[in-house]
Amino acid sequence: MLCDICKKREATVHLTEVINEEVNELHICEECAKSKGAQMQQHFGIADLLSGLVDLPHDSLPKKKRIHIKCPSCGMSYNNFKKIGRFGCADCYETFKRALYPLFKKIHGVSYRAGKEPGNRENKRPLSLKPVIAKKALKPGPDIEDPQALKARLARAIELEEFEEAALLRDKIRAIEMHDRETGKG
Amino acid sequence: MKFNDLIEQTSEWLKGTGPESDIVISSRIRLARNIDGFKFVDWSDSDMKEKVAKISKQAISLNSHMKDSLYIDMADLSPLDRRFLIERHLISREHAVDAQYKTVFISSNEIVSIMVNEEDHLRLQVIQSGLALNGAWKIMKNIEKGLEKKLKFAFSDEWGYLTACPTNTGTGLRASVMMHLPAIVITSQINNLINALSKLGLTVRGFFGEGTIAAGNFFQISNQVTMGSSEEEIVDNLTRVVKQIVSQERGSRRFLRVRKKDIIEDRISRAYATLEAAHIITSGETIDLLSLVRLGIGLGIIKELDIHKLNKLLMLIQPAHLQKLAGAESSSSERDIKRAELIRERLKTKD
Repeated sequence: MLCDICKKREATVHLTEVINEEVNELHICEECAKSKGAQMQQHFGIADLLSGLVDLPHDSLPKKKRIHIKCPSCGMSYNNFKKIGRFGCADCYETFKRALYPLFKKIHGVSYRAGKEPGNRENKRPLSLKPVIAKKALKPGPDIEDPQALKARLARAIELEEFEEAALLRDKIRAIEMHDRETGKG
Repeated sequence: MKFNDLIEQTSEWLKGTGPESDIVISSRIRLARNIDGFKFVDWSDSDMKEKVAKISKQAISLNSHMKDSLYIDMADLSPLDRRFLIERHLISREHAVDAQYKTVFISSNEIVSIMVNEEDHLRLQVIQSGLALNGAWKIMKNIEKGLEKKLKFAFSDEWGYLTACPTNTGTGLRASVMMHLPAIVITSQINNLINALSKLGLTVRGFFGEGTIAAGNFFQISNQVTMGSSEEEIVDNLTRVVKQIVSQERGSRRFLRVRKKDIIEDRISRAYATLEAAHIITSGETIDLLSLVRLGIGLGIIKELDIHKLNKLLMLIQPAHLQKLAGAESSSSERDIKRAELIRERLKTKD
């Protein structure tokens, strides 16, 4: 199949654009894809919308096939877990840990446990209460944070579809950029 | 205990005893647990499922609550017998399909049932009559404590009990209450109630049949989230809400008795008369009519029946129960005749 734009090279990129409820299919070559890239990105979905909002460097954008995490104990892949919505074994919880905070928040409103624990546990640890991992990493305020590092974390959050964390990171990057602009640094 | 003993007895939770039992039919606690070191059921091969079934059996049969319990290998049951257990709320619909390596333990009074190799390795259930979530939870805690002597459950400090589905992670606990709310429905308040409950993190479902249609105005109300609140908080929260709904239903019943006396007496008496007279009746119509008669008992309009007998009828008129009673399988139209016959007989007898 030849590229829809230049009609010269083999089409290797296949896109479906939805604009105003109209569906367009585009089959284009890699070079035309790059030049059309900027124009197309806005239609790619939440991940791209979020990353677009903070002008991520182009190469940190998530690639189409991005997640290859697999549970070492049962072989469940993250993609498969997302598809069937069931864990394969108890170790999947550790394997997909980062993606679970936003998932549990969505389902349960919180991402920490409460209540009883098994009575027969060895080395009982003290009750861990309300770990605020996502929030701890996102303390507000003008503390010195490298916007580049934040952007890298944002890219990673988007990759794992932790949109809630991504949104917080985005706001933080914006705040820093605004602050820099106001103080003449940017 | 034998399988066919079940048909002759009334499940403990249907006896119409316990607090608020005119409005709250039953209270149920369910726990999801998985055995540490084994893949979850859907991801296991047959060897692993067989092993889980075996070690669970050893642990459960030693449990003091499960003495004289009925042990059933689902693969040994006919489709009719499986359906019968679903109607009695002793197993889930999911447990009746792909039955290999699935088992269930049922305590002799049907208060406790434990499904093995359902979505999780163990699904434990305790049902009590009336509004008795706290009591059900206490029994459950005891059973679990007993099982922990033999089994180590998958648990994480961060997330709590680990389950196959992320909607059960944490406590793995689902508390639910089956309520009969005809007056709230007749006075058109039900949609407001359902909306309010969903904002409180509670789910409302119809109790009979499939899907969300609440046949006969029987509703099942349960907690939706299993993280962030302890078991006691979940049980307390639901109990409080149910008490509120009970008082709303009582208020609405008073309103009907005082302000709509003739209309409501007419509807209830006609429902009763139809049940006494019908020769062909579907289960849907029966549930609707029994619901009105149940309201009639609560309002003191119908005196010749009590709640216990009515609850029992609600169970017996279901398709698999009718066929088990008759001792033979029958078609849907044959059942409609059998059902009418059973109702006429049972309404005549005094006990």
